[in-house]
This record gives sequence, C-alpha cells and structure tokens, in this order.
Amino acid sequence: MAILTEAMREKIRAYLPRYPSKQAVVLPALHVVQDELRCVPLEAVREIAEMLDLHPAQVQDTLSFYGFFRDEKHPLGRKRVWVCRSLSCMLRGGEDLLRDLSARLGVKPGETTPDGQITLEFAECLGQCEDAPCLMIEDEVHGPLTTEQALELLKRTEEAS
Amino acid sequence: MSFEPVLLRNRGVPDVQRLEVYRQRGGYRALEKALQMSPAEVVQVVKDSGLRGRGGAGFPCGVKWTFLPKDHPGPIYLCVNADESEPGTFNNRILMEEDPHQVLEGIIISAYATRATTAYIYLRYEYGRCYRTMQRAVDEAYGAGLLGRNVLGRSDFHLDVYLHRGAGAYICGEETGLIESLEGKRAWPRIKPPFPAVEGAFRKPTIVNNVETLACVTHILDRGADWFKSIGVPPDPNNPRDLGSYGPKLYCISGHVNHPCCVELPLGVTARQLIEEHGGGVWKGRKAKAVVPGGISMGFLSESELDTPLDFNGPTKVGCLGLGTAAVIVIDDQTSMVDVLYNACRFFSHESCGQCTPCREGTEWMTKILARIRRGQGELSDLDQLLEIANGIGITPGTTICGLADGAAWPVKNALTKFRAEFEEYIRHHGRHHDQR
Repeated sequence: MAILTEAMREKIRAYLPRYPSKQAVVLPALHVVQDELRCVPLEAVREIAEMLDLHPAQVQDTLSFYGFFRDEKHPLGRKRVWVCRSLSCMLRGGEDLLRDLSARLGVKPGETTPDGQITLEFAECLGQCEDAPCLMIEDEVHGPLTTEQALELLKRTEEAS
Repeated sequence: MSFEPVLLRNRGVPDVQRLEVYRQRGGYRALEKALQMSPAEVVQVVKDSGLRGRGGAGFPCGVKWTFLPKDHPGPIYLCVNADESEPGTFNNRILMEEDPHQVLEGIIISAYATRATTAYIYLRYEYGRCYRTMQRAVDEAYGAGLLGRNVLGRSDFHLDVYLHRGAGAYICGEETGLIESLEGKRAWPRIKPPFPAVEGAFRKPTIVNNVETLACVTHILDRGADWFKSIGVPPDPNNPRDLGSYGPKLYCISGHVNHPCCVELPLGVTARQLIEEHGGGVWKGRKAKAVVPGGISMGFLSESELDTPLDFNGPTKVGCLGLGTAAVIVIDDQTSMVDVLYNACRFFSHESCGQCTPCREGTEWMTKILARIRRGQGELSDLDQLLEIANGIGITPGTTICGLADGAAWPVKNALTKFRAEFEEYIRHHGRHHDQR
C-alpha cells in the first residue's frame, strides 16, 4: 500500500525542474511528507527514493542528519512548539520558559502531550533575538513571552486550528 | 557627515514588500543601471567598492566573483546564504521580511555579473515569514519580467530564482555545507580546494553570498563604488592584511540591553556606542560584564574593551575571532560567565555536523566539562583541559575541515583568558546548585 498520496507525489514532482539532479529534491520531498503526515515513515523513505532514482539509504542518510524530521515512532503533535535556548534568549529567561512550559505541559523537550496537540522542542537560536525570549509555533516565531503568555498563545492557536 | 541608512531605508514603509511600492521608491533602478554595463564592469564596480562579505568571514565579494573560471560554458549557480543561524543574528531576517525586493534586486544584479542562470535562496526553515514574503516577491518579479527568460527584455540574460528551505542545521550556513544540503545530502562541509567558484553546486562553478552582501550590491550599483567607500573605515596601516571595512552594516543588539534591535550604521562603531546610543543602555541599571562582538563564535569583549571599533579588523586586536555577523550580545554583571560559556559550548556541540573527530568530540567534551563545573564538581585543572581542547580544534590548528570548531573554541579561549578569575572562584566555591543539565 503506497503511503505517498497522488497529491504528495504531484507536489514532489513539481520540484524536479528546479534542479539539475533528482537528489536535490530530497529535502523538499521530506518536507512535503512531514507537513502532511507529521512524520516520515520508512515506507515514505522507500517511495521517495524510488521517485528520485536513489537508494533508500541515501534518503535515510539525509533524513537522519537533520534532527528536524521524525520517524513513524515519533510523530509530531498537531502543533510543534520550539523554545529557544540559545544565548540571547537564555539571558532573558529562555531556559526558564522552556523548563516552565515543559512542567506545565507535562512533557520533556522532544515529547508530545498525551492528547496529541503539542510537541515541545528546544531550539537553537531562532533568529528573533530582539524578541527574546521567543518560541516558534510551526514556522512562525513569537516573543517576548512569559510562560503565562506562551500558554495563552498556545491555547489560542489550538482553538484557531 | 550624517549617516543615511540605505539597507533599512524602506523599513516600516507600508506595503514596500510589494513590487509596485518598491519601484515607486526607486527600486530596480540599480538593476537597470547594471544592465547597461557589461557583467565584467559590474564585477569591477563591486570590487572597487571594497565590499566584504557580511556573513562572517568578510571575504571581498568582488574578488570572490573573479574566481569563477573565464568563459565557462555554464551553468553557473548563485547560492544565496539565508541560513542565518549564528546566535544573536537576525539582520538577514529583517531584510527579507521587510524589504524582499531589495534583496532580490541584489540577487539579479549579482547573477548578471557572475553570469549565473539559476539562483537558489537557501533559507533556514525557521524563517517561515521570510519564506512567504520572499516567495511573493519572486512571483511578482517573474510576472514583471524581472526574472525568467530575457530579464527586462535582454535576450542574453535569463535567470531563475528558487527558494530552498533548510531543516534546522547551523552547519548549512557554511558555504560548502550549504551546497551539500542543497544537493539533498547531509550538510557535511567539503574539503577545499576546489572552492565553490571552481566546483560548487552540482559540480558547477558556484558563488555563495550572504543576503546582506547582496543587498549591499544593489546600493553599490545605484550609488557607485565611491559612495560605498566613503562610509566606514579604511585599512589599518599597521595591518598589511586588513582590506578595510567599507560601507554600512546592520548591527544586531540583543541580550541585556533595554532595547534589543537591529540598526544600520557605518562599519566601525564601537560596542559601547551600540549599547548606549542604540540599545538603550544595559538593562536594570546594571553594567556590562562581557559583550559578544559578532555572534557567539567570535568570543567576548571584556568591559574594558567596549570601545573596540566593530569593523573587520577591530575585534581581532583584542583577541576575538573577528567581526563575524556583527551581532552584539550584551551580558550584564549579574550573569555568570560559567553559565554563558556552557550555553555557547552546548550550542556548538549540538550543531557540530560530526564529520571531523576533533570538532565532534571536542565540542562535546567542552560542554561536559562545563556541565561538571556547574554541578559543583569542577577542578581547577579543568580550565587548562578546556583550553587544551579549544586550542586543538578548528582550522586554526589545522584539525578540521570547516571553521565551526574555531567558532566553538573562541568563546572558550576568550572566557578563560579574560574571565579566568571568575571561573577559578566558581570552582573553588564548588559552584552553585543547578537543576538542569
């Protein structure tokens, strides 16, 4: 049973004309799959490899280098929340924010809440140091935030989706 | 002479992200000027301007372009380094979010000069807003004939621009790591030579330039090399290797200041000026203990070194690695340098790509030793051990392929030289209790 839908395949194929090599489509393809499935299952690795004329190990090699991608045993929750722990944020309470959110959500960084809503992660510098301490929900950064403001923001984001 | 910002001149102008508004404000005038010149003439103007790369290494941009092989049949690629990940650095994000066409105009001019026919903007994943803003700008530019076949009706100039999103790895900002990642592989930096200009992306000649560098190209073509050279600092006569620090620079100010911000100023302002005149002073009425001059990989200025000019030459005079990204992080006098250094080491340990053993192991061990010190189990000999590791990893001692390890080592070297007494004091008092790793 194929795991890549025709819509996903279509999106992946659309990247091919941009590059002189099919292998260059590995990262875009992994993004397409994880955006849809909240993880990249092994079967998807095989199918991406087949689409791009690669060995599955080549796709797996790239996937495993970037801590960004999740395998099927560790799928993401509905929202992925990254709390910055690098220096500019740390100096303004970033590590406290991460620790407090971890306690309030009842998960360690890297884990997903039991209701499947939120995956909490630590991030290295998110590049929004003027708003420290900051966090990122999916790919948008917000800050500066207290723990209470962050929880409120997460609640609003949950309700909106 | 009062300084007139150019890189941030459109900041806050409503809808300037739209092509029409950007054009009303003089946008794409520089491109039209460039297209009246030959590519070689454009390269010469950029060379004459003395523009040095804004991404961290400060290599002269025009000189880099001349490394491309002459009369190459193509394709030649331009890679835009938008993987901005150095802690404390956010100037490229502001450029892309607030004035995407300025960046795109620089890309088009630079592609024309280098005869590149495809430009890839390698954008860190975390910059989602930049991704959407830049993609809209690219789409508009295609619609207006600024991209695609026959740019502005020129039958000899074709250019495609694609955004390529990363996946959260600092090492992708190293230019050959970026190229490997673009090619769909793990971002392991390549051994050089060959340099990318000879053999880069897809084994073709490739130029990798930082976003701010390309934005500067726009204004150099618009206002001329002499204008650019009238700003900043000429070469230090006492340093035959200094090539001067010309032009405006975006400085990021973060950490313990009242108003963290990004400001455009002539190269050569001092850390003290940035803190006092632009960052609103150190927060809570405190004093600065240490200041990172240009992203944490550059090391630390001590309080007595705050009048160091932040140009390409200044920070090295006081033992820092360089100007880096000109991202200034202020650390107040209530903060433990042990905590700061641990934070820096943990970053590099997390971001080491693992290819070279000295970096992979060295960054990890430095982090572990600092964690031990923070747990109250440090010994004074740990400090020499830290220095020994720091002195052994990187391009400087010749043990690694890229400069990540140099960047990891420098904060350690600077901290243990300039703040050694504090570390010794910390260890003697068995540290303080910390519940985190």
